[in-house]
Amino acid sequence: MGKTLFDKIWDAHVVQKVEDGPTQLYIDRLYAHEVTSPQAFDTLRDKGIKVFRPEHVIAMPDHNTPSDQQETIHDPIGRNQVETLARNCAEFGIKHFCMGSKDNGIIHVVGPEKALSLPGMTIVCGDSHTSTHGAVGAIAMGIGTSEVAQVLASECILQSKPKTMRINIEGTLQPGVVAKDVALYIMAQMTTAGATGYAVEYAGSTIRNMSMEGRLTLSNLSIEMGSRAGLIAPDETTFAYLKGREYAPKGEDWDKAVAAWSQLKSDDDAVFDKEVTFRAEDIKPRITYGTNPGAGIAIDECIPTLDGMNESEQKQFLSQLEYMQFQPGQKLEGLPIDYCFLGACTNGRIEDFRAFASIVKGKKKNPNVVAWLVPGSWLVRQQIIDEGIDKVLEEAGFELRLPSCSACLAMNPDKVPAGKLSISTSNRNFVGRQGPGARTILASPLVVAASAITGVVTDPRKL
Amino acid sequence: MAHQKFNIIKSTCIPIQIDNCNTDLIIPARYLASTSRDPKFFGDAFMHDLRYNAKGEPVDEFVLNQPSFCEAPHEGCHEIIVGGQNWGSGSSREHAAWAISGYGVRVVISSSFADIHRNNLLNCFVLPVIVSEAFQQELFASIAKDSNTMVTVDLPAQTVTNESTGHSEKFDINGYKKYCLMNGYDDIDYLLSQTDKIEAFENK
Ligand code: SF4
Repeated sequence: MGKTLFDKIWDAHVVQKVEDGPTQLYIDRLYAHEVTSPQAFDTLRDKGIKVFRPEHVIAMPDHNTPSDQQETIHDPIGRNQVETLARNCAEFGIKHFCMGSKDNGIIHVVGPEKALSLPGMTIVCGDSHTSTHGAVGAIAMGIGTSEVAQVLASECILQSKPKTMRINIEGTLQPGVVAKDVALYIMAQMTTAGATGYAVEYAGSTIRNMSMEGRLTLSNLSIEMGSRAGLIAPDETTFAYLKGREYAPKGEDWDKAVAAWSQLKSDDDAVFDKEVTFRAEDIKPRITYGTNPGAGIAIDECIPTLDGMNESEQKQFLSQLEYMQFQPGQKLEGLPIDYCFLGACTNGRIEDFRAFASIVKGKKKNPNVVAWLVPGSWLVRQQIIDEGIDKVLEEAGFELRLPSCSACLAMNPDKVPAGKLSISTSNRNFVGRQGPGARTILASPLVVAASAITGVVTDPRKL
Repeated sequence: MAHQKFNIIKSTCIPIQIDNCNTDLIIPARYLASTSRDPKFFGDAFMHDLRYNAKGEPVDEFVLNQPSFCEAPHEGCHEIIVGGQNWGSGSSREHAAWAISGYGVRVVISSSFADIHRNNLLNCFVLPVIVSEAFQQELFASIAKDSNTMVTVDLPAQTVTNESTGHSEKFDINGYKKYCLMNGYDDIDYLLSQTDKIEAFENK
């Protein structure tokens, strides 16, 4: 029987199978950010041990970094966390992309764009959206802080092997429909726990035709259906994206690497524990209405009604709507919004800014809307400026901010006030995610752009 | 950190009947800026935004503030959470497991857990117990009827028992993890003992 892509990479990294226990898996790349690493470094200090393979570790702050200026962090607690990361990196000899440097950005944007994440690797980070890096054809998984300490100490983690699932998407996406819509659509079909216990591989003609940025968006959202990882087999698109980037192999090494990476695909006779197929034609621009990313609809649909739900489903559904201040059966298209957020590791890449600019070009931002446009990295920001996108945004009344996780989670100054409605390209619409009491609608950069112009939830195809 | 060894826990429970209870709910992001592992700090932040309103006043309706469930966990009392399905989804923050353990809880029972959170609980010596949906619902019903319902979680035998009905279920845990929990051993100590194998792998 053939092997899946996941099996191939997993098997190549097994140090041993612990008797009646998990697998000891070798890790090629550990990313560390300021929030989930301090206690892991403490563990090493407590035990008096060094980092086992410091050259495998890359660290950068992203959650606490402000997006308006990066001279300093005014909040002393956030500042302490960022400074602690810098100190730990110096003490343990780890490469650190400090706040404000041209190398800095959100880990899940920086890793692929610097070719620090490569096909065939095992990649971990104390962050659930590590799944993003799976788009280059790697096993990339979020882990907890205890596991960060384990990887620092031994370059290994202990994990049970997940089951495998292939999600096929076939056909051509309609105009106005992008990777984010695909992800939100799949999630609504699969539910937020639909892939728990599985590692997912995305395949099919829609994926083959998708840009690298789009694939990264799709893999990013894998965790929102509970998946341990979200892989995409590397192909010409992957190689073209990685070639020439800062840490990509060069010259002869590159050719050898591409030859090896070309083998990284599921064999024709590989059997997955589960396989599902979706049609690209069925997908429209999407929005969410509830407080989990799976609670979504096509933008021209109404919120579901209570019909066909059992008592406990009704209860959960109504409590989500109560928080969002929505009604069953309500149409959201045309609803006034207060905040717009373009950015996060989901949609903070150059293609997302191009898409946003394509909608707002020659128009004006609605004066009632506060808009945060936050590149995922300094490299993305530079690209935006090089391509003149910043001018387009400026003319439309938008301001380009500095790289940060920003309004994706309420840890830095970019918080949506209680009760305000935000339409956001981030990945989580959880209760309080963008600030205590903040209400979040998740959508693509196109939908967010269109809504920023009109001031109401807007279908970009109709603008 | 020294870990409390695990054996048999018999305790009353806290019912948190929220499906897809994500780790942002278990501990909001603003508590993540701490660089410590102070159990009290994280225990106080446990489910903070459901426990307290914007003014910092307790929300009376929330289970942790109700007279029958507000007593802080101690031996035999509230050491077990019975949670809704897909417990601990979302962010990988281990802080959620620290909050649960810092609050004093030693077992979380649910019909399903998010993978990363489940690992985090185990690494924090909180036992995640997966039961059938029917058993989970029965527990909720028993606790609703009598908040003093006792539940026994027997790790050596891998059984969980609702003492009010006598119903019992087996639960899964691999032999390695069971040994770790019963003896207070960490994964990191195990991995550090395997350096020769790791180096052999690297030289392959
Ligand atoms: S952008 Fe949001 S989801 Fe991504 S790493 Fe930052 S906080 Fe996490």
